[in-house]
Amino acid sequence: MRTKLIVLASFTLLLCSSLMFAGTISGKVTYTGTPAHQKPIDMSKEPSCAKQHTTPITTETVVTGANNALENVVVYVSSGAPDDGQVPSQAITYTQKGCQYIPHVLPMHVNQEFSILNDDQTSHNIHPLPKVNIEWNKSQPPGTPPIKEKYDKPEFIPVKCNIHPWMHGWFVVLKTSHYDLSKGAGDFKLPDLPPGKYTLTAWHEDYGTQTADVTITGNETKEVNFTFKAKAY
Amino acid sequence: MNCCLDLTSIFNHEDDPLANSIREPDFGLRVVTMNNLKPMRFIGATFFTAIPSAAILGLVLAAFTPLASAQDSAPDVGPKPPLAIKPMESHIGNITGHSLDAKSDYRRYCAGCHGDYGDANGENAVWLDPKPRDFTLATFKCRSTLTGTLPTDEDLYNTIARGLTNSNMPIWNTFSKQQRANLVAYIKIFSPRWQTEKAGTPITIPAEPAITIESIAHGKALFTKLECWKCHGTHGEGDGPSAATLTDSKDNPIRPYNFTLGRNDSRFKCGDTNQDIYKIFMTGVDGTPMPSFADVIQPNDAWDLVHFLRTLQVNRHGRENEVLAAAHGVIPPYVDKTPAPAPAPADNKAPGGGQ
Repeated sequence: MRTKLIVLASFTLLLCSSLMFAGTISGKVTYTGTPAHQKPIDMSKEPSCAKQHTTPITTETVVTGANNALENVVVYVSSGAPDDGQVPSQAITYTQKGCQYIPHVLPMHVNQEFSILNDDQTSHNIHPLPKVNIEWNKSQPPGTPPIKEKYDKPEFIPVKCNIHPWMHGWFVVLKTSHYDLSKGAGDFKLPDLPPGKYTLTAWHEDYGTQTADVTITGNETKEVNFTFKAKAY
Repeated sequence: MNCCLDLTSIFNHEDDPLANSIREPDFGLRVVTMNNLKPMRFIGATFFTAIPSAAILGLVLAAFTPLASAQDSAPDVGPKPPLAIKPMESHIGNITGHSLDAKSDYRRYCAGCHGDYGDANGENAVWLDPKPRDFTLATFKCRSTLTGTLPTDEDLYNTIARGLTNSNMPIWNTFSKQQRANLVAYIKIFSPRWQTEKAGTPITIPAEPAITIESIAHGKALFTKLECWKCHGTHGEGDGPSAATLTDSKDNPIRPYNFTLGRNDSRFKCGDTNQDIYKIFMTGVDGTPMPSFADVIQPNDAWDLVHFLRTLQVNRHGRENEVLAAAHGVIPPYVDKTPAPAPAPADNKAPGGGQ
């Protein structure tokens, strides 16, 4: 009986400490050099999409912000935080609007359900091209219900619409719930990390990956910044 | 109770059915068969603890291999390792196909294009357009099952028997039924998906309704609404605005089907019956830009689309073209008499007019 009490108390203490001492890793993703010029997209063949854009649209392989900020970088804990198998419950969506994918990069947890919406007046076919997961290809005319899917293996999956060849995006399937996508200022934030040693990985579709080791000792916020070298072509 | 471990069992594969199966894909010099591993015998190699055999093997090798540490960082060079193959079966009607019986047929008739390893890297592959199927991906064009699922054995059997029109895959009707069944089993050895997944469930195809000018008109309306013409062209000639940019899943250029080619015997890639056409667009042609429409077309509507697609085969003598000719070659406008559909779900707004 005493042993059980000790185990229970230890477990409770451990649980409380992990909740009380939840650290955060935040930072910015930037680039050096000159990014490749993004090509303009001619949507004249799809007037219903073209008229949705008042400013010229370009490819989104490299999206930058002020002060050399780099958008669409997935920053995630690649080791140190064992995946507990808990699939995040929040709904995530991948919207086709103006013949573009919003967001351009959709990070998700393995086995997390996501919805694909068509907010356009034209048909799209959503055609992810996985190598590890299973490939499928579905048509989604305007006004049809969302397509709900999930992937059971971690992978970086390019997505395209064959009807509109300029449409390219990514599904990033991760075996961790500690991830974020860099925003317009290149900023990211990974909260709720218990004390421990972690390896962060930052992935960009064109610039590849970078890693950084971080140690969280308590209820603190550690700053980690990533700088990618831009490719001129 | 014998608590001792005899190390000879680690090396003796003669009783191991998997080891025997690994000998199977014997394609020239690239495959190292398990025959090369001779049974070894250690005199007096007994231990008094039940340590896992792999750990014991590691300890023994480490003790007798002083140079091992110096080579730890070196890459493992040499011939490509053998495939870990599990014999596969297929079931077509009352015929059971065995992969072990298809090796010579595969080597002689299939490997030239599909490759010894089923990876579409046969010596002829570089000259082919479209490229041969890569069996390691287990992605197949002609299925009766939903997109992303494995085809049935019958689907693969029919593909071998029928060939794929507009490609270099010929009709293999020179094979016996048993040979074809064996080959169906054989191509399953190249992807582990066949060991962990079952084939998809074939879609249900309702009985075909009568072919009328109204069904053709509705099919035309669907062809327009679903924007099939974006790839296949307004007259089905494979020249839609997106046609020139299409690529398959390996980024090779691919052309949409031209319905108008051919004469009375014009075939689709996955068959020539109305049921085959129904399956093609409902299940999609995996590995290509052709998506599945199973989620967006109602079963009876799908038959109307089949009837319209037949009229695009302008040289074909069929009931659809007879009905169209009786209407003086003019498809009337479709009048939708069904009640208005329910509002779109809250999380997928009806298409808006822009920003």
